[in-house]
Amino acid sequence: MSAPAEPKKLTKKDLTADHPTWCPGCGDFAVLAAFYKVLEKLQFPHEKICTIAGIGCSSRFPYFVNSHGVHFIHGRALPLATGVSLSRPDLHVFAFGGDGDGYSIGGNHLDHAARKNVNLTYIVMDNFVYGLTKKQTSPTSPKGFKSKTDPTGAIDQPINPMKKLVYGGASFVARTHAAQVKHMMAVFERAILHPGFSVVEVLSECVVFYPGIFDDGNPRKGGDFELIDEKRWDDSEEDKDRHDVGDENAAYQLATLQYPGKFGVFYETDRPTKNQLEQQWIDSSKEKVGDASTADLIGSRFASMK
Amino acid sequence: MSASATSGNPETSESPSASSDGITELQNAVIRFAGNSQDGIQTIGGFLARLAGRSAREVMTYMTIPSTISGGASIFQVHLGSGEVLSAGDEADFLVAFYQDSYNNHIDSLKQGGICIYDSDHVEELQEIDGIRHVGIPITSTTVEAIGGSARDRGKNIFVLGLVTQLFSLNKEKLTSLIDKQLGRKGEGVLRNAMLAFDSGFAYPIGDLLGEGFDLREGEQGKGDKVTTDGNTALTLGLLAGGVRYGAGYPITPWSTIMEQLRSELPKYGGLFVQCEDELAAVSMALGFAYAGHTSVTGSSGPGLSLKMEALSYATMAELPIVVINVQRGGPSTGLPTSVEQSDLMQAIYGSHGDCPRIVLAPKNVEDCFYVGVEACELARKYSCPVIVLSDQALATRIEAFVEPDLSSVICEAVLDQDARGEEFKPYPLEGLTKHSPPGTHMEGGKYPVVTGLEHDEWGHPSGSPVTHARMNAKRRDKIKALGEELSLPEIYGDESGEVLLIGWGSTWGPIRESVNRLRESGREVGTFHLRHLNPLPNGLEDVFARYKHVVVVEMNDEGLYGVGQLATLLRSRYCDPKIVSICKTDGLTYKVREIIERLNAITG
Repeated sequence: MSAPAEPKKLTKKDLTADHPTWCPGCGDFAVLAAFYKVLEKLQFPHEKICTIAGIGCSSRFPYFVNSHGVHFIHGRALPLATGVSLSRPDLHVFAFGGDGDGYSIGGNHLDHAARKNVNLTYIVMDNFVYGLTKKQTSPTSPKGFKSKTDPTGAIDQPINPMKKLVYGGASFVARTHAAQVKHMMAVFERAILHPGFSVVEVLSECVVFYPGIFDDGNPRKGGDFELIDEKRWDDSEEDKDRHDVGDENAAYQLATLQYPGKFGVFYETDRPTKNQLEQQWIDSSKEKVGDASTADLIGSRFASMK
Repeated sequence: MSASATSGNPETSESPSASSDGITELQNAVIRFAGNSQDGIQTIGGFLARLAGRSAREVMTYMTIPSTISGGASIFQVHLGSGEVLSAGDEADFLVAFYQDSYNNHIDSLKQGGICIYDSDHVEELQEIDGIRHVGIPITSTTVEAIGGSARDRGKNIFVLGLVTQLFSLNKEKLTSLIDKQLGRKGEGVLRNAMLAFDSGFAYPIGDLLGEGFDLREGEQGKGDKVTTDGNTALTLGLLAGGVRYGAGYPITPWSTIMEQLRSELPKYGGLFVQCEDELAAVSMALGFAYAGHTSVTGSSGPGLSLKMEALSYATMAELPIVVINVQRGGPSTGLPTSVEQSDLMQAIYGSHGDCPRIVLAPKNVEDCFYVGVEACELARKYSCPVIVLSDQALATRIEAFVEPDLSSVICEAVLDQDARGEEFKPYPLEGLTKHSPPGTHMEGGKYPVVTGLEHDEWGHPSGSPVTHARMNAKRRDKIKALGEELSLPEIYGDESGEVLLIGWGSTWGPIRESVNRLRESGREVGTFHLRHLNPLPNGLEDVFARYKHVVVVEMNDEGLYGVGQLATLLRSRYCDPKIVSICKTDGLTYKVREIIERLNAITG
């Protein structure tokens, strides 16, 4: 492996790839811009960045980031990203997707990536609708939403992503809004620096099939972008009422707030990652066999069969 | 059983010649143990097979397992011989029946002149059959007596092992050292009880009861000890030798024992096998490992392979290398989970959406499982595509002895290729094979590639151009065709031309070969070849077909709507030769030699 002689600073220009194919006004543009800026700040080696997605509008993300990337199949970005993360500790692994990809067809994988606490960052651009297939009900569409598959209004109770993520065991769970770029950047940065499975749910408007749905969380549209007031651990009286990000029950309580709810970090905990636990097993297994070669190892299995 | 003077083929043996001391020399013996799965009859068979490997004998075993968690009727059949052993034997020379049920269900599996040893504590009603000798031994009570009152049913299997050791003049020292090695790990008490049971069985005067004993000859010494193992273990070791360092799977019978072994073994190599939440995650994670630059495996059995199909289509499109093991079982659906069938061939080749050419291989016996495992890894890396290995339930669980592979000539050490790629690098070159740059690779041109399932141009950019799609389809097809060009014609066993050509694939190799032996002994001109590469097929088979009057494909799958099995359908489609016909069956059991010959005679008239 050869690296450039003098690593030059990684800029937005370096990270820019194809012009996004999203519709004008799509919330995902802001997510992409925030992602570039955070990477510019964090300065990871260019070749160590790996972006992975499944299928959907937002899952086009890897084409728009000039980095090693995978555009995979619908719903399975997380297991693929898990394979990359577990076998390549040198990489920074990012998965992207939407509400259909992550909470519907890939919903089971999300629970299991979360419980395994795989070391990667997953950004969900939730628009409450299937956009790429042109307006069908999504798992986060609110009851009553009129779509092509629910012409008289959605009847099923929507998924509560924050509850699902906290219950699933994700060790970092946050929520932000695509119209709040600074907040988005701050949350992305924390998620990326968190060791373990970190998920950011971004309300990202589909201006074509569900326009205006997130206005209630956007002050510029007359809404209210209410931030989670995190505990500062300063022994003050006010601090008692602030949110403890390590408190799972408090995270559930935040998740049950009336829409649009609050934004920021719901839950954050320090739990051993699957990467660490598997590495421990690899290390102890290797220690037992010493410097045995492949031929030694296979040969010893054959010897035991004689 | 066959006497030493004969060819080694039990079906054509002359009557064994007894020597003056009442000991008859045998070259081959087929022994069937019939009992319940919790009686440990697999253990008897396992020890006998292991002993065969240490005594330069050939061995093949056959077992049935009920698909229940515990209990249920089960058999273990062992075919031991100092000559060529190609099948587990159509009929048994010896039957050991532990219960009335096992006696009733298996007494017909004894051949004329056969001997039935039964547990007289459990079997009460005997059928009078001409030419079958019965020997009743109170197996249960004698074992309890030997071990002590609390032992109940445990140890009967080891008692019978002692009995068999004495009856066939097997090498007691070798056997007890094997018991010592295997059961010693389970603690002193277990080993002591086992040895008590063994000695009691060994001392039982079965020779007096029968009026004769046997000497199962050892093979020619000097070739070194053979290794004795089952197909799933051999395949696991083949994958490790081929360079697999990462993998992911989901439990399903009969694939699970491969993933269990990989889970335990891979960390010793610095690698990892992950148990996933489902088959979809398993194949996706394995593709993640492959994308990350490793030789990667996933696997399953029929239903699980169906679940993986979408991701395998992706692997063809994205040109990612991946080895996929499918240990076939009886289908459709949950079907016969612990029975054998070869009904996933079409699924393996064509099971995914879109035109997605991929490589399909099948091992012919346990030894071949090792080498096919190695080859699958090499082909996946070279052609950067999915390689599916079709094993089956019979191959997965049966035990054979074979010469230990020369590891120095087959082992491939895994290399993570992260050499910087120049500006001219194209992930999907139209001229040449795809070789991806794994993440972590510095791209000197500054452009980083996206591996994609959308149709794409040479640089991996999505492209809806009709020309590009046609060209890229051709690229993905032509590389598999190129492999077909490289394949040599399969070796013909038996007559190079004549009346009948038998064609097989997978685990039917032994019974087909034995059928050819027997047919040729009866004066007929019969040849056979066995296909290891099922997709692509080797070129030039039509010239072979032309040399025979009948071309008959022997498969363990249904004859379908048009009267021919799955491989026969493929061969007919490629060669447009109506001469190609099928012998098919779906009874969940391996072929008996007699079955093949009878079915063939019905075709040839």
